[in-house]
Order: sequence, then structure tokens, then C-alpha cells
Amino acid sequence: MADVRAAETPAPLDLLDERLRRGDGWRAVAGGLWQRVRSGDLGALPIVLGLVVIWTVFQSLNSVFLSSANLVNLLMESASVGIIALGVVCVLLVGQIDLSVGSVSGLSAALTAVTFVTHGWPLLLSMAAALGAGALVGVVYAQMVTRLGVPSFVATLAGLLSFLGIQLWLLGDTGAINLPFESDLVHFAQLAFLPEWLSYVLVVVAAGWLFATGYGLARTRRAAGLSARSTSLLVARSTAVLLGLGFAVWYLNRARGVGWLFVSFVALVLVLHYALTRTGWGRSVFAVGGNAEAARRAGINVRRVYTSVFVLCSTLAALGGMIAAARLAAANQATGAGDVNLNAIAAAVIGGTSLFGGRGSAFSALLGILVIQSISNGLTLLDLDSSFRFIITGLVLALAVTLDSVARRSRVAHGRAA
Amino acid sequence: MNDPVKDQAAVPEGRPILSLRGVSKNFGAVAALTEVDLDVAPGEVVAVVGDNGAGKSTLVKVLAGVHRPDAGTLTFADREVTVTSPADAHALGIATVFQDLALCENLNVVQNLFLGRELRRARLDEVTMEIRSWELLRQLSAKIPTVRVPVASLSGGQRQTVAIARTLLGDPRVIVLDEPTAALGVAQTAEVLNLIERLRERGLGVIMISHNMEDVRAVADRVVVLRLGRNNGVFDAEAPTEEIVAAMIGASDNVVSRRAGRARSVKGEA
Ligand SMILES: Nc1ncnc2c1ncn2[C@@H]1O[C@H](COP(=O)(O)OP(=O)(O)OP(=O)(O)O)[C@@H](O)[C@H]1O
Ligand SMILES: [Mg+2]
Repeated sequence: MADVRAAETPAPLDLLDERLRRGDGWRAVAGGLWQRVRSGDLGALPIVLGLVVIWTVFQSLNSVFLSSANLVNLLMESASVGIIALGVVCVLLVGQIDLSVGSVSGLSAALTAVTFVTHGWPLLLSMAAALGAGALVGVVYAQMVTRLGVPSFVATLAGLLSFLGIQLWLLGDTGAINLPFESDLVHFAQLAFLPEWLSYVLVVVAAGWLFATGYGLARTRRAAGLSARSTSLLVARSTAVLLGLGFAVWYLNRARGVGWLFVSFVALVLVLHYALTRTGWGRSVFAVGGNAEAARRAGINVRRVYTSVFVLCSTLAALGGMIAAARLAAANQATGAGDVNLNAIAAAVIGGTSLFGGRGSAFSALLGILVIQSISNGLTLLDLDSSFRFIITGLVLALAVTLDSVARRSRVAHGRAA
Repeated sequence: MNDPVKDQAAVPEGRPILSLRGVSKNFGAVAALTEVDLDVAPGEVVAVVGDNGAGKSTLVKVLAGVHRPDAGTLTFADREVTVTSPADAHALGIATVFQDLALCENLNVVQNLFLGRELRRARLDEVTMEIRSWELLRQLSAKIPTVRVPVASLSGGQRQTVAIARTLLGDPRVIVLDEPTAALGVAQTAEVLNLIERLRERGLGVIMISHNMEDVRAVADRVVVLRLGRNNGVFDAEAPTEEIVAAMIGASDNVVSRRAGRARSVKGEA
């Protein structure tokens, strides 16, 4: 059957080489996936497995864990650090690191609170000022790294302490500023949920859009004489997304539903995913992370790429800090302190973004923060204090980094990109 | 593929498209290049030869905008130009294959070929880029099974082919190749030498660095010798190898000629 078809239609332009093991349809797709996993190109597999394990364990220890109400809460709690982790993904992609995202987020929370509450600025102006301050921090880091050659972990470590200091100074003696409950920011972060019908509409739109883009791409590729995904595969993928998301949304809607905050976080993930994979900027980010000198010789303005990435990272950190404060309805000395820093970096790495640069995706922030937040939420439900949370999050991070290193070795051995 | 020949009328026959005068480059105390002159005309293949550390790669990097020369002038198409960055060199139409290839191992073949000059930067046109990649690779008879794998998984020669193919994108007028055949097998080397000849026919200027005198003789119109960072003679391709080697190493009585002499006398006795 397959032979007859191959004889009728000429082979696609990109599958002419006789060494290529040709095949289409389901077996080839499954086989290809298996090959990739075996050679260390793990993708999202370990993290999905990890999530299943974590959820099973916590559910068996406390049956509240997988309740709708708790999951709604878990998602809302994950947005702020998740947004910070998005920025960390970008910095890791160019092979740098920002250790100060926690203090930058705390500083931004303090700035928003001081200007908005104490000085009575309009909310949007306060937020813009805090985001601007975050962007400025990124510019300073980029200058230190690109012009003065300071390693980014030292520059940002210095920033960590300095910005913590500014945060404490801004908050003054009381050490905390309450945000009014009736402000839009707090309302958005705590009480704004999608109407039920809209949440289902979004699911359908997402699945439909996934199919439409996939089908459009397949059609142009086929028209150009290249191989393309089969339509049945595309339908299957979209159906899976439709059913999966549909079930999740239905389950969440049994409690308060899907928060606007979480939807906005996912929207940010999608925008960044597009920017990283479909634009020239994203391509140069990966190039700089893979081989900065080669990128420079290809005519890429490497300094500009570093600057854009550092600015993006600290701006997203500032946004995350603002949201953390809004969740709490207060900016205090603990905002952005403690484990926020490490959680954001851990989320990016656990989600599959390599510490070695040049590998990763925006989705790793989403997946990683779900893992981190599940652990933290589950341990809180078990009434274990933060000492356990730190220990276990630390262990998970160590596991993720080890997996990253081992997978990298395996990729090198199997001739895939390190 | 755009045809790079299209506006060669701008440069009269025989006049150099690219010429260097008195170019010097120091790395701290090391004078890597001292007052080097070099010309290449459209449709001409110039080989640059020299011993290890003679400054060949440094010269290439000056042409590519990777290093800024400390002194000297660069004239391109009868205009004096300054090349301060690789982007400047690209804009002029100088395309370079570096000795270390300078590819991004984590990117695939298409991404590497179009790196820095992607089509439709706000929404990448992957399909067109892939098709043009196949066209380019076929032009070079490249033995690359698929363009959607990271360059890390290619063999040394395949990577070198990718690096060479990359220079053909855009509208190059001068192509600089730093030891383009070093990693290549017999057939692939012949393929690259054929390519160099085709480039010459298409009216491009080619500067080729090589340690292999056979390759140099096969395609070069002129041979420029560098020794310890200085010009040490220009030969035409018919000049005897011993003369060129003597200019490279510095004396007619050198290790290469002594070895050759020994081999001859051994043969004669037998
Ligand atoms: N980036 C650099 N920093 C310092 N010194 C350098 C640098 N690049 C080259 N040099 C020095 O310049 C001189 C010329 O080096 P170059 O790489 O141009 O030699 P080459 O002719 O290409 O040699 P080979 O045949 O081995 O490739 C050498 O002495 C080298 O040590
Ligand atoms: Mg060299």
C-alpha cells in the first residue's frame, strides 16, 4: 500500500537522500520520537512524567491536593514566579544567568506600592515606573557584561544584594505597604476569573488555531515539494489538545474557574514562544547561545542580543514582583526574597532549558513552575514547614540539572547538538 | 539563487575588485601582519600560501571584518572602504569561510545557512529558506541527508560544505576561503575545486588559503606568499613548487628541498 503511493507521487524534495529511512504516518512518528528520547533529546517527557509522579504522591497523601479548588489556587500562585522564570529562560538561552530576579521583583513590588499607595500616583503610572526600573536594571547588566566583560553571575549577584537593599530602604521602618483591596491590580490578581463560557471558547479557539496553523504550514510545504505532516496527524493533535484543555477547564470550573492572571501568564508564554521560534530575534538568541563568536561573524549584533535578553529578563522579573505583591495585597520585605530567586531559575531548568545555552523553550517556564508550585503547594497541605520545602525543591533542582547534564552528554555521543 | 554576475560591469576587466595596501595587524607584541598588499580581480582565483602562523587566517579575518587592521587601506570596487564589523563585509559582498567554520552547532543546516539574513524577520519564511537551502546544497553536490538536523550531527566535511554553501547566499562578489578543503575527502575536495572554478567563471573574485600545493596549482591564477606576516613574493601558478616553497620557508636550502633531494638521490641509487 505504502509502496504504491510512493510510486505514484514523487518523493518530497527533502527526503530524496537514500540514507534517510523514509516513512510517514503513525509508526514513523512514534519511532522518531523514541529515537529522539534515546539519544538524549528528551523534550518535555521527563517533566510530564515528573508531574504525574508528584501529583500521584501528593494526592495519595492528602486527597485535597487534586481538588478543583486547590488546583485553581495552585495555578493562580504559579503565575508570578512563572513570569519571572520566562525571563530566566531567555537569559539561559544565550548562555548567561541572572541571579537577581528575586530582588528585582521585590524592588518592583516596593516601587509600585510606594508610588501608588504612599504618593498616590495613578496605578498604570506606578506600574510603568516599576517596569521601567526593571528594564533599566537589565540595561546596566548588559553594559557590564558586554562592555566590561564582567561575568553575568557576578554582575547579577552584586545586583541581588544592592536591589534588596533598595527594596528595604523604600519600604521604610514598617517594612510593608498594603495595597488597597479595591485596586484593579489586586482585583486582577485575586478575583478576576473567566466566565465559564469564555473559558470553553478559548479552548476551542486554541485547538482550532493549532490545527489551522499546522494545516496551513503543511499545505505550503506540500505545494513547495517538501515533506509535511499528514492531516490525520494534525487532526489528532488538535483533538488531543481540545480534549485535554477542555477537561482541565471543566475541572477548574467546578471551583472558581480559570483566572485571568493565569490566562495572561499563558498568553505571555505563547508570545515568547512565537518570538523565540518564529522571528529573526529568536533565531539570533539561539545562535548567540550556541556559539557567540559564530553569531558575530554571521553579522549578528551580539551586544544587542545580550542587551535585549537582559532587559527582557529584568522587566519580566519586575512584572512578576508586582503580581506577587498583588496576590498578597501587600509589598513587604519578604516579597521576592527567600526562595523566589531559586524557584524561578529552577523552574526554567526543570522545564528543560539548558544551563549551557542554546537549548530550551518558553514552555519550560510553564511546565517548570507547575512542578515547583505543585511541590510547594503539596508540602504546605501536608503542614510541613518551609525547611522541607527548601530541601525538596533543592533536591528537585539538583535532579533536573543532573538530567540536563547527562542528557547533554548523551546528545553529544549521539551527534545531536550539545 | 540570485545570479551574482549581474552587475559586474561596474568593474572594468582586469581591475581589482578588492585590494589591500599596507595592511598591518598586531596582537600585543606579535606583529601578525606587516604592510601586506593583496589584489583580487573579478574572475580571478588568488591563492595565499605560507607556513603555519604566517598570518593567513589573520588576513582573512581582516577581510571579513572580524579584526580591525591597525594600519593600511582596503579598496573595494574602486572605493576606499572601512570594514569594522562582519556585517560591513557582508554588505560589501565579501563572504568568508573561516578556518574554524564558525557554525552554530545547536542550529540546523537551514538555520545556519541563513543565520543573520533570515527571510522575513518578523515571521520567518521557513519554507522558502528550506527550498533555497536544498538548491544551494545540490549546487555543491553536497552529501547531506537532511537539512533539519543540528549541525552538530554532521561530519567534518559536511560541515565544511555547509560553511561554503553559506557564502553563496546573498550577492557575494568576493569569496574568501580559509583552508576550505582541509577536512574534505578526495571527491569532496574535487567538488570544492570545481566550485571555485565555477565561481571564477561567474566573475567572482576568490581568495583561497591552502597548505596543499596540488590544490593551489589546480585552480589558482596567482599565488601570493606570506612569510612571518609579510608579503614574500607573487608567483603565477606555473612557477615551480620549489620556488614557492622557498619563498614560504625563507631559503632555497630548506627542510623541504633537502627532503626532496634525499628522496631523489635514494631513487637514483636504486
Ligand atoms: N586572536 C589572536 N590573539 C593573539 N595572537 C593571535 C591571534 N590570532 C592570531 N595570532 C597570532 O598571529 C600569528 C598569525 O596567526 P594566523 O592564525 O594568521 O596564522 P596562519 O597563517 O593562519 O597559520 P595556520 O596555517 O596554522 O592556520 C600567529 O603568531 C598567532 O599566534
Ligand atoms: Mg590559519
